[in-house]
Amino acid sequence: MATSPHVHAHAAPQGFIRKYIFSLDHKVIGIQYFFLALAAVFVGMFLSLLMRIHLIWPQAIIPGFGEIKPETYLTLLTMHGTIMVFFVLTTAPQGGFGNYFLPIQIGAPDMAFPVLNMLSFWTTFLGFVVIIAAFFVSGGAPLHGWTGYAPLSALPSAGPGEGLGADLWITSIAIFCLASLMGALNFITTVLDLRAKGMTLMRMPLTVWSWFVTAILGLLAFGVLLSAGILLLLDRNLGTSFFVPLVVVNGTVLGHKGGSPLLWQHLFWFFGHPEVYIAILPGMGVASQLLSTFSRKPIFGYKAMVYAIMAIGLLGFVVWGHHMFMSGMNPYTAFAFSIMTMCIGVPSAIKTFNWLGTIYKGRVRFHSPMLFAIGFVSLFVSGGLSGPFLAQPVLDIQLHDTYFVVGHFHLIMGVAAIFGIFGATYYWFPKMFGRMMSERWGKVHFFLTLAGTYAIFMPMHYLGMAGQTRRYSQFTEVAYQTKLIPLQTFMTYAAFVTIAAQFIFLINLFWSMKKGPKASDNPWESTTLEWTTATPPPHDNFGGVTPVVNHGPYEYSVPGAPKDFTMQTDPPAASAH
Amino acid sequence: MGLALLALIWIITFVSTYFFVAKTWWLPHGASTSAAWIDHQFALTYIVMGVIFVAAQVALGYLVWKYRDRPGAEKVDYSHGNTKLELLWTTLTAIIFIGLNLMGSHVWAAERFAPAESGSIPVEVTGMQFAWYFRYAGNDGKFGATKMSLVDPSSGNDSAIGLDTSDPASKDDVVTATMYLPVDRQVDLTLRAEDVIHSLFIPSMRFKQDAVPGLAIKMHFTPKELGDYEIACAELCGLGHYKMHGMLKVVSQADFDKWMSAREADKQ
Repeated sequence: MATSPHVHAHAAPQGFIRKYIFSLDHKVIGIQYFFLALAAVFVGMFLSLLMRIHLIWPQAIIPGFGEIKPETYLTLLTMHGTIMVFFVLTTAPQGGFGNYFLPIQIGAPDMAFPVLNMLSFWTTFLGFVVIIAAFFVSGGAPLHGWTGYAPLSALPSAGPGEGLGADLWITSIAIFCLASLMGALNFITTVLDLRAKGMTLMRMPLTVWSWFVTAILGLLAFGVLLSAGILLLLDRNLGTSFFVPLVVVNGTVLGHKGGSPLLWQHLFWFFGHPEVYIAILPGMGVASQLLSTFSRKPIFGYKAMVYAIMAIGLLGFVVWGHHMFMSGMNPYTAFAFSIMTMCIGVPSAIKTFNWLGTIYKGRVRFHSPMLFAIGFVSLFVSGGLSGPFLAQPVLDIQLHDTYFVVGHFHLIMGVAAIFGIFGATYYWFPKMFGRMMSERWGKVHFFLTLAGTYAIFMPMHYLGMAGQTRRYSQFTEVAYQTKLIPLQTFMTYAAFVTIAAQFIFLINLFWSMKKGPKASDNPWESTTLEWTTATPPPHDNFGGVTPVVNHGPYEYSVPGAPKDFTMQTDPPAASAH
Repeated sequence: MGLALLALIWIITFVSTYFFVAKTWWLPHGASTSAAWIDHQFALTYIVMGVIFVAAQVALGYLVWKYRDRPGAEKVDYSHGNTKLELLWTTLTAIIFIGLNLMGSHVWAAERFAPAESGSIPVEVTGMQFAWYFRYAGNDGKFGATKMSLVDPSSGNDSAIGLDTSDPASKDDVVTATMYLPVDRQVDLTLRAEDVIHSLFIPSMRFKQDAVPGLAIKMHFTPKELGDYEIACAELCGLGHYKMHGMLKVVSQADFDKWMSAREADKQ
């Protein structure tokens, strides 16, 4: 426990600009992150729509966009991946909900470093502006994929978009890394130093645990990507040869010599694999919180859940080589990376088992947040179980760089993580905006999205087994792949339905902000600290009071208690046993 | 609501599983010696994961329906978990996952740890935007020198890989755009790339390996059925990635020799 938790107190700001734009209030910053991610996810989704259309109707003229050429297709997938991974999956769960609710859930008046917090948001925003700018420069956005493998990403002459567009792409990522490092420091310090009296580590909600471990992963991973990005910029612009050996492009021998393309892959995936957990861990935290709340039952195996989060975080740093089984890396190392990867299955299995155990003998209330939490578990299982295929180098020979991989990571770090974000949105919206979202449209949104995303991503596993390679703009050049086009067509139609369903969510969100029924302070009858304060919470979160915590985070249906939820701040006597 | 959810989760589970079991889309026919081993390991993994998949999804659907909140529902069981069950489940998962992994590892070892056996036929593969070239050493059994400065992709074959014709060893080297291999004889591959990373993917041979600029990667496999097999590029290499396509023709040793002498004759 911190002995003297304190924030550099800042008075509630008055002017519009200080209050809503350059705000120091973690709640406003959280909402800023949320809307940035919302803008980004619709851009990313629009790019995926264009990709799905192009795969089926390559000659189609898109109104306002024109014809999609093979190289345009590659820029679409590059920008889709980059925007989704960085500006949605990293930004929304951690920057958005983490910022808003981490301080409140531990009983703190704000983040430890409010100015750093503001800087970290605006730096992220700058990163987003820079990556969007890549679309509009001469040559357009880069086509080297979100993984940016060198030498393709290092050589301006290697393809269209590899000029200024690629420089902006890597600059944007470097800016994002800086922002994430600032955010990570802030999260870690806040958790360690600003917990309210009685909020021991083992009384923290699992959401806080997941944001905390995510921040540690971010601190260790983003620094490496930042350095790799700087080296790549040097290779591109100053003629260094970190990642580029002697190569000849279009008959021209370039001036590079002796660099290692595999070095980029090692650095990238040293960041890239922990990044998967940066995207999914907050979702696991949210799912745990929601499953317990809406089953009206304590989380099954709280301590095991905490240790599982830590184990996943730790193991996440020693498995990056499983992305490189086919790269020419020493085949002996594949053994180690493969075994470590299988080990991640163990804490993941613990989590799944405990989620099911939480529902068992509970009383499940089917509010929209709970539906998304249940969907999260289903997707986590589906996306997780394709992992042990890819973790085995010998099976990866067939599956690497096919649609099997695309299906795997979309289900788990894409859709499951997004379900975590949706669950969090429906759950915390009342606290953030003081009104309830429509339950009816929330349910419609859920059913269409769950069915739709499965219809898009499950067939990718079949395609991958049949050998359909990813990042192909057309399947007409390889005979065995042409046979698979009907399944691709089905997936495009499924994508239309799923994308349309997201507008239900968007309308529900904005409509409810203005017109939704007023929310009470604790509409879901939850137990954690954010539900003890006013809706929306005052500037210092608890209106001048410092909460004192007497209970664990998930005390539901305590025998003998007056109601079926015991708030963390309820007096100790409330748990009469 | 509980029933609708159960129905949706179960339908998704059974439809997904059906297409796996029915093998509507499946691994392409395997025509190399390692295919049987790899496919066996694949099937084993598929069964284990399939059982866990169905069990977990069916349980999820059932539990949310069975324990739905309704008038007269049973009281919530106030419990914080069950350490014994937790340990059992954890141990079981660890054994299954790690065991599965170890079972597959000997195949990987056979594929990648040992060098090519003696009597194998050396072939050098060069990837470039957006074509594959295959080089055979000729009668002397030696590859001639190549030079980056001699590379001229527009002229194809010899010039595409920068073959140095002043080297005597290169005189009888044969460079082709189609890969010919004799059946039942191991091929000793050396993979190179001139510009960016490419990946030689021959699905029916259960073969995939990146070709990386600056590296000469050794790899081997043994085709065991006559036929024509497609080659695709599996690593994003630029705008023409999707059409970086090639063919492997597996022929009898006699046909291979005939083809090779014809190529040698062309060179003279």
